[in-house]
Amino acid sequence: MKKLFLFALFATVTMLPMFGCSKTYENGEVYVYNWGEYIDPDTIKMFEEECHIKVIYDEFETNEMMYPKVEAGAVSYDVVCPSDYMIKKMIDNDMLAELDWNNIPNSKNIGAQYYETSKEFDPENKYSVPYCWGTVGILYNKTMVDEPITKWEQLWDPKYKNQILMQNSVRDAFMVALKKNGYSMNTTNIDELQIAKQDLLNQKPLVQAYVVDQVRDKMIGNEAAIGVIYSGEAIYTQRENENLVYVIPEEGTNVWIDSWVVLKNAKNKENAEKFINFMCKPEIALKNFEFITYSTPNDAAKELIEDDDIRNSEIAFPDLTKYNNLETYVYLGEDGDELYNSLWKEVKSE
Amino acid sequence: MKNRFVKWLSLPYVIWAIGFIIIPLIMVFYYGLTDKSGHLTFYNVANITLPVHFKALIIALLLSLISTVICLLLSYPLAMILANMNSSGNNKLMILVFVLPMWMNFLLRTLAWQTLLENEGVINTILTFLHLPTLKIINTPYAIVFGMIYNFLPFMVLPIYNVLCKIDKNLLNAARDLGANEVQTFFKVTLPLSIPGIISGITMVFVPALTTFVISDLLGGSKILLIGNVIEQEFTLNSNWHLGSGLSIVLMLFIIISMIATAIFDKDGEGSAL
Repeated sequence: MKKLFLFALFATVTMLPMFGCSKTYENGEVYVYNWGEYIDPDTIKMFEEECHIKVIYDEFETNEMMYPKVEAGAVSYDVVCPSDYMIKKMIDNDMLAELDWNNIPNSKNIGAQYYETSKEFDPENKYSVPYCWGTVGILYNKTMVDEPITKWEQLWDPKYKNQILMQNSVRDAFMVALKKNGYSMNTTNIDELQIAKQDLLNQKPLVQAYVVDQVRDKMIGNEAAIGVIYSGEAIYTQRENENLVYVIPEEGTNVWIDSWVVLKNAKNKENAEKFINFMCKPEIALKNFEFITYSTPNDAAKELIEDDDIRNSEIAFPDLTKYNNLETYVYLGEDGDELYNSLWKEVKSE
Repeated sequence: MKNRFVKWLSLPYVIWAIGFIIIPLIMVFYYGLTDKSGHLTFYNVANITLPVHFKALIIALLLSLISTVICLLLSYPLAMILANMNSSGNNKLMILVFVLPMWMNFLLRTLAWQTLLENEGVINTILTFLHLPTLKIINTPYAIVFGMIYNFLPFMVLPIYNVLCKIDKNLLNAARDLGANEVQTFFKVTLPLSIPGIISGITMVFVPALTTFVISDLLGGSKILLIGNVIEQEFTLNSNWHLGSGLSIVLMLFIIISMIATAIFDKDGEGSAL
């Protein structure tokens, strides 16, 4: 319900400028394509007021849904916020524009280590400015399990039959099974993938449902005991249901970065850079962090967080050196994608 | 003169049909019958024989068939009651009540059922409060069938009701005059005359039920893959429009079969006029 309400609110907020005659956008417009519920709508309004640029804002649910739309170019977006491996794919397919860092002075607020991690998919830091980052882990309800959950392996424990929520996306589902077996989550080794597939098949009778965004609401509503979730959602769910605990599993997991990129065929490149620059302002990044609760790579914004518990939170800002086998998704190429997709389809259709 | 003017009035619909029906259909066939390099191939259509796809098709056929039969069994008596109320004038309100849910968005209604049916959902909370056994059907095929029946029931009731209303009361009186009892009248007169409505009702329930992917996603927990889900995922996740279109063509065959059936039984188009 809250989600629907937010959506309605957001729709109203974005519609409002259309009716206000006093507003002028002498500096043109910018088309932004971002994840669903991944920004504080107020910050868009603030940007419009400060820069006199009209923002046309659309949302997507997964990287895979975003890509064909951007590729087809039906709407020519200027700024998009894909994840690591998708950025690599877009770079490989020559879809991104090199950023003019002089136009994005606020990018210095982003911590150096995030640019370092970005090099895995953007080797020369030419195309992307980190916006959010996080891990994928297990969220569990401590009143519904017998012992603390610390491993992916426990998602195969028969006593949690019908109590497990898995991610309904190829890479995340396979990541869990591959990591459980100690393999790299970027493997294209067919033997390792077959073992992972078999594991996912074995797990299927125990799984209550394969969901994406609904993990959050279902965990809050005590619908399931254990769910695979993005760290950014964890803080929000804990605010709503204090029995929920988030862990980074021992076998390792995915560390991801979502970054702003500008498309090569952008009609409003200058405005796009202004938009990115605005989002890198410490107070704006803080506002967005408080709204969406996904970890911000903006060190200046982190300093501004007043609540010590949040600033030192192991969920929002984990000390990654404490964990083993952390990886970032790598683009697997078309053949790799197809292999994963066909194996996943076998799991789902069983 | 008058005729020509009337002809021009159909222009908006013709443009609509070409832009949103014919051209998209041509595109589906183009994508379905070509590969990524644009060469003609039947590979995408033949892909239906892969166990993964074939199984999804069979499950979809099975679930939509079950839903259609249950819809029919539920709808016929209801349509008869509504038609009998016709003379008393109360039926307007009844039909309004019946159509009312359709004023709300389909997606929203299905999401509402998810909240109702969940293990800790509204229905189970009430059942637990009353110390009754709880309902465990969410994320199972039963929930999918339930969702199909709920969403498509009006499409079965209305055409049957429509046909039943048009049956001349004198025919029923004549049957009774000639010595037929209620049961005989029903099977010899009412039922045969209502076949056009039944057939178009079946089509209007079966086709959307066969192609749905939203209901199985929301109420089936994405654990059961219907052919609609496979096609949807080919477009949205795997960006393989060729395979998605190829499988759509196969699905179209089933829809064409059911449309032919409608055309044969419902020659006057009685049932389809709501």
